[in-house]
Amino acid sequence: MWYMCVFFHRLLDYRKPEVEALAELFGAFAQDNNGEIHSLEWKLPKNFHPDNPFHFVNIPSEDIARNIAKRSILVKGMYEIWGEGTSYEQLEEAVNAYPDERKLPYLTSENTFKINIDSFGKTFSTQEQKELLQRLAFIPFKGRVDLRNPDHNFWFIEIDKYEANNGLPPIVEKRIFFGREIGAADRKLLPTYQLKSRVYIGPTAMDAEMAFLMANQGLAAPGKFVYDPFVGTGSILVAAAHFGAMTMGADIDIRVVRDGRGPDRNVWSNFKQYGLQEPISLLRADNNLPPWRAGLKEMFDAIICDPPYGVRAGGRKSGGRKLLKGVVGPYTVPDDKRAGHIPSTAAYSLVECVHDLLDLAARMLVMGGRLVYFYPVLREEDSPDPTFPEHPCFKLVAVSEQILSFRYSRVLLTMVKVESYTEKIADTAKAMHLDFKANHLKWLEEGNLHSAVFAPAPTSYKQGENGDSNFSKESKPKYRGKYV
Amino acid sequence: MRLLTHNMLSSNIKGVTDGFPLKIEAGKVVEKEVDMNTDFLKNIFTKIEWKPFVEAAKTLGYSELPEDVDPSLLDSQDFLTKFHHALLEIHLEEGALVCPETGRKFPVSKGIPNMLLHEDEV
Repeated sequence: MWYMCVFFHRLLDYRKPEVEALAELFGAFAQDNNGEIHSLEWKLPKNFHPDNPFHFVNIPSEDIARNIAKRSILVKGMYEIWGEGTSYEQLEEAVNAYPDERKLPYLTSENTFKINIDSFGKTFSTQEQKELLQRLAFIPFKGRVDLRNPDHNFWFIEIDKYEANNGLPPIVEKRIFFGREIGAADRKLLPTYQLKSRVYIGPTAMDAEMAFLMANQGLAAPGKFVYDPFVGTGSILVAAAHFGAMTMGADIDIRVVRDGRGPDRNVWSNFKQYGLQEPISLLRADNNLPPWRAGLKEMFDAIICDPPYGVRAGGRKSGGRKLLKGVVGPYTVPDDKRAGHIPSTAAYSLVECVHDLLDLAARMLVMGGRLVYFYPVLREEDSPDPTFPEHPCFKLVAVSEQILSFRYSRVLLTMVKVESYTEKIADTAKAMHLDFKANHLKWLEEGNLHSAVFAPAPTSYKQGENGDSNFSKESKPKYRGKYV
Repeated sequence: MRLLTHNMLSSNIKGVTDGFPLKIEAGKVVEKEVDMNTDFLKNIFTKIEWKPFVEAAKTLGYSELPEDVDPSLLDSQDFLTKFHHALLEIHLEEGALVCPETGRKFPVSKGIPNMLLHEDEV
């Protein structure tokens, strides 16, 4: 059945993939195990820009639609549309033509109801709202009005000229919708989990909204096992645990993962703060040399992480070459000093980090399990469309960009495991990785990304072909929808 | 550190061919209650190396686990309760994991195993 899915006008690239992921989680697609990736059918209202908040989506049942909307972060509402048009007359005609058996059960005298008025980019005065409500008198409501806790919410949505600049091209034609609400996101989660009231955070803690979106991409749910190899203060696992998943995290920095800032201010306390199940395990380990036993595989349902890509925090791995003042050898730890020895670490480039991550995920994810991670992209004028790492075990199912600055953005990638991991595949993956590295990843080598993001703006103006000096931000496209 | 974690870890020092299972030196052991999730237990069951799991539980003072198992036991509530307890509710808070080949100790403090290698072990 087709429902209207209205989004919040933010994180535009993340909206449909969230609904797609939740559709998978709530069983919208018939089960088959041949590794096929399903997706929903989407439609736009006539003349609407693809980045606008109003979309139609085909979902097999109302229960699934409700579950998706309630669990989502970016769905403002999912509606069964009773009628739409470009004028009130057209709307009335359409609603009257909508089958009675779909309408009357919600209009009976036993049901309480509320009519909400909504728009996009403009507001209605109280007087205007009153007039609009009177226009709906043709609908035979029999129940009582209950503004606090109605059995059924109805929505009257009018999209006309925008008053505020929302980054979208102007509306071509006024459009009005009337429908019944199926479900909506619980955004109250966000103030509850906001970082500023979290007891223990670090400089790269994932903000709550993004962490929930990542957990949704990872299909976190009770009985699932979620791993974060760069756990830090646990901000991503907190979101996964909120949805009932068992969690496990590793980090190379023992101060963060073990000590935190005291007995009541550490990774564990972040879970206690919200009454969540503590992680199954936190350990100090190196993503480059994972400590898993031979033969261990297919443990996790999802691996969700924000790898250190060297802009705000650089990666580290074992194998530092700091000279040791030992008598045994330059890099050998003397026996009497082994107990409390703090090994030095070496820089860990993103190239290597991503390779290790894909290899880990290929081995440690169950079939159909998901790898969800951020990947940085430079936004230079002349840079070609970004290509993303590939692996023979995985299929890329979602790519969502979040623009962070004039220079770079981060892209949330969701990959689904569709092939089992074998030694042969590991070799193919290595070859694919080397090829990828040679062709696309030069700028991702140690330091390059950091300097590209933080280098001062060029002072010399570029000479244009016709002699104009036109290096400026104006050469960027005017449409800025993705920035919201 | 829970026994599930112990069952996943090995010593990955260069040159060590079979670093599993790590011997446990138990210092402080604590128990914490965890909600039981049967689906999770059933999924994990197939991935556990059972003998080392039973041994590790004994080292931490829990010897209720059967020596031999087969998947039919997963229908027994009694077995699930014991499995759940050993897997998730017993924690090694302070102690060490010892590499079976080299005797290298990986310290466990505040419940966190430190699996990072020294420069000359990589």
